[in-house]
Amino acid sequence: MAVKAFDEMSSGAADAVRAPYRAVADWLARTSPEKVAATRAEVDQFYRRHGITFGAYGSVEGSETTIPFDIIPRVIAWDEWEHLHKGLVQRVRTLNAFLDDAYRKRDICRAGIIPEQQVLMNAEFVAMAQGLELPGGVHAHIAGIDLVRVGEKEFYVLEDNVRTPSGVSYVLENREVMMRLAPELFGAVGVLPVADYSEELLATLRSVSFSDDAEPNVVLLTPGHYNSAYFEHAFLADEMGIELVEGSDLFVDEGRVYMRTPRGPQRVDVIYRRVDDAFLDPLAMRPDSFLGVAGLLGALRAGRVNIVNALGNGVADDKSTYTYVPEMVRFYLGEEPILANVPTWRCDRADDYKYVIERLPELVVKEIHGSGGKGMLVGPTSSKAEIEEFAAILKARPDNYIAQPTLALSTCPTFVSQGVAPRHVDLRPFVLSGRKITIIPGGLTRVALKEGSLVVNSSQGGGTKDTWVLAPRPGASP
Amino acid sequence: MLSSTAKNLYWMGRYLQRAKSTARLIEATQRMALQSRGEEAVGVAAIFGMEDEFRQSQQQSGGRLANMIDFLVLDQSNPSSIASSIGAARRNAREERNNITVDVWESLNGLWLELNARLRRDRALLDRGALIEMVRTQAVMIFGAAQVTLLRDEAYNFLQLGAFLERADNTARILDVKFHVLRPDGNPHAGGLDYFAWSEVLACIGAVRTYRRIYRSALHPMKVAELMMLRRDVPRSVHHCLWMVDCSMGELADVYGTRGEADRLAGELHARLRYARIDKVFDQGLKSFLGGVRSDIATLSDEIGRQFLLD
Repeated sequence: MAVKAFDEMSSGAADAVRAPYRAVADWLARTSPEKVAATRAEVDQFYRRHGITFGAYGSVEGSETTIPFDIIPRVIAWDEWEHLHKGLVQRVRTLNAFLDDAYRKRDICRAGIIPEQQVLMNAEFVAMAQGLELPGGVHAHIAGIDLVRVGEKEFYVLEDNVRTPSGVSYVLENREVMMRLAPELFGAVGVLPVADYSEELLATLRSVSFSDDAEPNVVLLTPGHYNSAYFEHAFLADEMGIELVEGSDLFVDEGRVYMRTPRGPQRVDVIYRRVDDAFLDPLAMRPDSFLGVAGLLGALRAGRVNIVNALGNGVADDKSTYTYVPEMVRFYLGEEPILANVPTWRCDRADDYKYVIERLPELVVKEIHGSGGKGMLVGPTSSKAEIEEFAAILKARPDNYIAQPTLALSTCPTFVSQGVAPRHVDLRPFVLSGRKITIIPGGLTRVALKEGSLVVNSSQGGGTKDTWVLAPRPGASP
Repeated sequence: MLSSTAKNLYWMGRYLQRAKSTARLIEATQRMALQSRGEEAVGVAAIFGMEDEFRQSQQQSGGRLANMIDFLVLDQSNPSSIASSIGAARRNAREERNNITVDVWESLNGLWLELNARLRRDRALLDRGALIEMVRTQAVMIFGAAQVTLLRDEAYNFLQLGAFLERADNTARILDVKFHVLRPDGNPHAGGLDYFAWSEVLACIGAVRTYRRIYRSALHPMKVAELMMLRRDVPRSVHHCLWMVDCSMGELADVYGTRGEADRLAGELHARLRYARIDKVFDQGLKSFLGGVRSDIATLSDEIGRQFLLD
């Protein structure tokens, strides 16, 4: 069943080209198919040569593939972005306020807005992280907020990612590729640059050091080169000029974290970790972890090192907590939410469960702690057998699932084997929170390359696009 | 070894380095232009001391950045263009085939052949970006071939001398022009810090990530200037290049057993960069400091010609 979706390039009665896409449409019309084919051929070559690769979990160990890149950019007008920007700042401020509260006083539970068990019984809750006063009260320093669009003015937050969201390296590299491959297109419109992300990221990381040191030592902790996002870890460390470390490069002595260097131990103040909570410290979390550093949590609790993002952020971004975010905005900020949630049924509630189980063919059902587009059901595109199979799983553990209506995600023109065709897209802007909040214009646009598919995850065959936020016209506020 | 051999190798080093620097500069400028739509074309022209030529061509053809790039890359009537420089370097190498290794000759000749094949194609279909990238990467290969295969004799030292003197001059010129475009009053502290503008200046010598590695902080004009002029460990800094020039002069002096004005000047220039402090440089004025360095580099080139009978 295909859903009639809002097309970002040409919507409306006469399918007229929308203003932000005019330059792109002109470019598509006047560029010869041969030139386009040649350009597309260059893309894969470029990504391979630069080693911008991705290893999906479950694939052969060490195998590297490139994420398909589509050369037609996704364009966002300045006023659209301005609106999203405000909404994102509000949402991330709220999530940080909630995390700070959840691990300290839990005022929001006492106010009866969120049941305490939603926090304390959450599988992602980290008891060791309770009572900590983190610099600036910030827990989600790097947040990836997944947005979908369904109409001219309708955007929804599909999901919040405040653990270790990845993908920003593609934002930066996609822009490099576009500038290299289609410079003539940039000349026609003003596209806001994104290359300062690394500088802003480093400033954010430094701003949340416990120490007063003018230049705190920041490192990036990776699980190693078998990790699917290893390229991104190396890329960001290189861009920031900081060390890329593995657990074995660090040690804790007298409550301080050091890295081993030929000059001797060097103190570490902030760890931008891309290792999951459970593996961070074998003394405090999983004892069989070789990826972490023994004693790290002790150093954190002593206020000697900050860990970014903070531990236990999963309580704020799982798919059941998600349903409370609009209430959180009102509670912590006293404001009305600017960005709306997708209506969500929680299968742990009897009424909701009943509704969901009767309407599986029309709904999207997701695991509460799931990610990467796995363990989910997209009703309208599933066979009867698949739906029955899923119903059995759902019946066994209803509390592990939420359901949402199948949204007609907006589409963007995309190159496919038959030519240019609309494909569904989402958007993940990256929000940096330190002493201030910074968002580079746009974010990562993911595109479902299969016709009719609504699953954009790279591990499920999704691709990416360069995302353009157009500069405001002279006179508009920047 | 003949003076004519020394001359060919010296100029081969200079031309090849010039082509490489120009390629990198154009890539950085183009990138900048795509992000800001500013007045980059005139700025680029200024680096080559060609504002007048550019403004003239501007009147004829609208003076867009693309035209400037064609002038700097493809135009064989411009003696400093990439096409002219590669042609000149290849002529120098061809005359000295017996004095260079097969690896060096073949990599340079290969670049020249490919470049000419592309120049003969229809200009409308020519991919400038790919051509510039090819020049940059192949030039690295040629210098690499020289590094790993050439006998360390006089010939090698003349090649090095030419390459590093050219590189010192390129970096000094880029910094001088770009700095004063961004900060006409030469004050590194006043005004806002434009990340994109300063990263572009660094990109002209391929040092954006190097900057982060060294300073681990936001881009600051004073540190950008320090990195490009005074850092001995940055291989394209003026200091590093003049250090290498001094070393090559020393090697040649050991071979010939004599020293002259070129040796003195090379040593003096090297020492000036080595012992300079960035705050003192700005006290004196960056423009006058760089102006002095650049004019002495020109004098050194003349003195080298005189001392080794290259002219």
